[in-house]
Formats: sequence, structure tokens, C-alpha cells
Amino acid sequence: MPALSRVYLRTAMIYLALGVLLGGILLWNKGALIGGNIWIWLAAHISLVTWGWLWQVTFGVAFWILPRFGTSRGRVWLAWLAYGSVNIAIVLAALSPWLHGPWPTAIAGLLQAVAAIAFACHAWPRVKPSTYGA
Amino acid sequence: MPKLSRFFVKSALVYLVLGALIAAGALSGAAPLPPAFLALRPLSWHLMTVGWATQLIFGVAFWMFPHLSKDSPRGDERLAWAVFWALNLGLAIRAIGEPAAALWPQALPMALLPLAAMLQVAAVWIFIVITWPRVKELGR
Repeated sequence: MPALSRVYLRTAMIYLALGVLLGGILLWNKGALIGGNIWIWLAAHISLVTWGWLWQVTFGVAFWILPRFGTSRGRVWLAWLAYGSVNIAIVLAALSPWLHGPWPTAIAGLLQAVAAIAFACHAWPRVKPSTYGA
Repeated sequence: MPKLSRFFVKSALVYLVLGALIAAGALSGAAPLPPAFLALRPLSWHLMTVGWATQLIFGVAFWMFPHLSKDSPRGDERLAWAVFWALNLGLAIRAIGEPAAALWPQALPMALLPLAAMLQVAAVWIFIVITWPRVKELGR
């Protein structure tokens, strides 16, 4: 498993642990009230489990397992760009309830789009027949 | 594919179908929805993201991630089975308790939600603990 996949997968698992903990607290609060202001954490829960977990685990496995060009995985810098962009976006989106104005969610959305485009451009040429013909 | 991965993936497929059917009703904007359907909205999202996507990932990761060693390729499988049962029991309790608590906010359905939360958080954290060492450079 290459270094970038390990970085993606470990980051994804950290976000999953945090995101599910927040989700568990929110669900608990529905049955046994913890506090009325607890829903301020909903944006962080959604951001951590969707972009933080589901996106990054998919990117990490795809980077690892898609067909290679000999020993090369092609334009690796694009996959690193996706990693950096999506992680800044996750933090901004998660903290958006505490940051004033519309700019945090706007920048987060833009960075998510950058990450999606960068990873798609990285992966597209790797979706090809494997060297052993399968 | 190991037995536990088959359990994870088939269970994920069941949740995919259930989640899509519930979403078809709960997320429809075709007509004003009765309270019973609105109460199903959070459940439909979680059946798709936890029951389907996350459980599918857990099953494939348990199957395909690099092995720990020849003697114990996938680590302690009893813990991985505990993940399967805790996640599915937690989600099933949520599936009953969340709409019930929204429609009839009585003590019993309300008490199901903290239980569902604890089971799902425990499942995820145990999965991370047993999977973390398998995210490594050398594969099989």
C-alpha cells in the first residue's frame, strides 16, 4: 500500500472516529437531552463522516488499487492536491457554525470541487486494462 | 472472500435496498408528507451512509487490506465479529427507536436512542483499532 493511500486511510479513520462520536452524541441527545445547543455540531458531524470518511477512504483505496503504468501511479501530485484541498475544506465546513459570514462554507465548497476535479484527473487515465490483461 | 466479509457485504446490500425504499417515501417532495414519513428522514440517510456505504467499506477492508502476519492475517476475528454485531444491532435499534421516539416520545423509545448510539460508536472505534495496523506498506 503506497504512502499516500496510508495517509488517506489513516486520516479517514480519524475523521470517522470523531464524526461518529459527534453523531452518537446527537443521537443520544434525541433520547436523553444533553443540551439544547448540541445541534451546533451537526455541520461538523456531516462534514467529518461524508468528506472526511467516505471520500477519503474511497480516494485512498482507489489510489492504491487502480491499474498502474508499470511501477508509476501517474500524476501523483494531483492526488496529493486532492488530499490537501479536501482536508482544508473539511475543517472549514466543520467549524463554519463558529466562523462568521458565508465565506467559510463558500471556500469549503470551492476546495471540495478542487479536490474532486484533481482526483478525477489523477484517476481517469488509470481506469484502463491492467498490464496482465485483466 | 472470508465469511465475515460476506456477512458485511450482504448486510450492506439489505440496508441499501431498505434505505432506498425508505428514502423514496421520506425524501419525496411530490406531496406534503405526513409526520410518520418526516420522522423517517434521518433514518434513511443513516441507512445509506452507515448501513450501506460504511458497512460495505468495513467488509471489503477486512477482506482486502494488507495482512498482519501469516499466523494471524486479519488479527483477532472475534473483535471484527463484535464490530459486525454491534453496528447492525445499533442500526436496527435506531431504525425502530428513532421514528418511534419522534412519533411517540415516551420513555421506552427514547431510551433506545442512547443504546443505539453507544453500540454504533463502539463498533466504529473497535473497527478502527483492529484495522489501523493493517494500513501498512507491505501487503500480502
